[in-house]
Amino acid sequence: MQHPESPPTLAALFGGFFWIGVLGFGGVLPLARRSIVEQHRWLSAAEFTDLLALCQFLPGPNIVNVSVALGGRFRGPSGSVAAVAGLLGAPVAIVLVLGGLYGRYANIAAVAHGFAGLTAAASGLVLATALRLAGPLRARPASLAIAAAGCVAVAVLRLPLLPVLAVLAGVGVTIEWRRR
Amino acid sequence: MSHTLTVLAAVFAELSLLAVGGANALLPEMQRQAAQHGWMTPAEFAALFALAQAAPGPNMLVVALVGWHVAGLAGALVATLAFIAPAGLLTYTVAGLWQRFREADWRVAIQAGLTPVTVGLVMGAAVLLCRASITGVGTFLVVLAAAAALLVTRLHPLWMLAAGAALGAAGVL
Repeated sequence: MQHPESPPTLAALFGGFFWIGVLGFGGVLPLARRSIVEQHRWLSAAEFTDLLALCQFLPGPNIVNVSVALGGRFRGPSGSVAAVAGLLGAPVAIVLVLGGLYGRYANIAAVAHGFAGLTAAASGLVLATALRLAGPLRARPASLAIAAAGCVAVAVLRLPLLPVLAVLAGVGVTIEWRRR
Repeated sequence: MSHTLTVLAAVFAELSLLAVGGANALLPEMQRQAAQHGWMTPAEFAALFALAQAAPGPNMLVVALVGWHVAGLAGALVATLAFIAPAGLLTYTVAGLWQRFREADWRVAIQAGLTPVTVGLVMGAAVLLCRASITGVGTFLVVLAAAAALLVTRLHPLWMLAAGAALGAAGVL
């Protein structure tokens, strides 16, 4: 890797991910890309894409994995900790304050009704995300069948995720393997 | 650690390693575990999810709220750490080896094979959240409007959340 500057310090890693965390609403990956590639130039665009591919391949929240891998690449374990703490510290504190306020005022009718509306809107956003993700599968009946089976298994039959994942991932990966 | 915190840690550590398609794909399992342990109803879970969406930060913040709901601040910290540590350690360990296997056929097959599963899980999350949050015609219309707005406009999702909350607070739902 060629980077013009010396590797970022722990404070810089913490600070960079701090702003990614507090400014990111509704998915922070686009913001992370801008910050890491364009603003701080910690990675080239290709390196970021490659790192993201790794983090999407491995289990766990993607952006947390990005912070772990990037922090670790520059500063070892303490770099990972600094990046994760920067990313999550403020958002977790903010969401807990919101949770505390909600807990205290939920018995006020207007707050409870506002929450019902907020919850419905958040559900609608997940519905749109699901539809958008399903779009590219339309051309492939086998993929659609796997997706439908997964949906029914967790939402209708309420089966535990581990066996659902084991069976459906097994089928999905086998199909992909045979296509090669 | 108290029994509750131990259970929280175990549940979220397992979820960490099962998170193969982002946080949304985990919502059905999170909601199922929360109900099974008697922590909250599906409606309460949907409300906490909505609250997490209204805050800045990664999609996974609902994890902290579930922990907080179950066991206060300690619960929030335990759930959050348990959720990031296993996958984080794995990522840290594997990151150096990535160049060796990223072009491997098995790696590509696994990722491609998991995609439809992930889509199905997010669809399941949508079904469960809609079922928990639609309480009448008004909330049903908000769900449809928010989904349509995200699909056909370029509006930031916060606008949809704010509009839903405002309509609800105004008492029209």
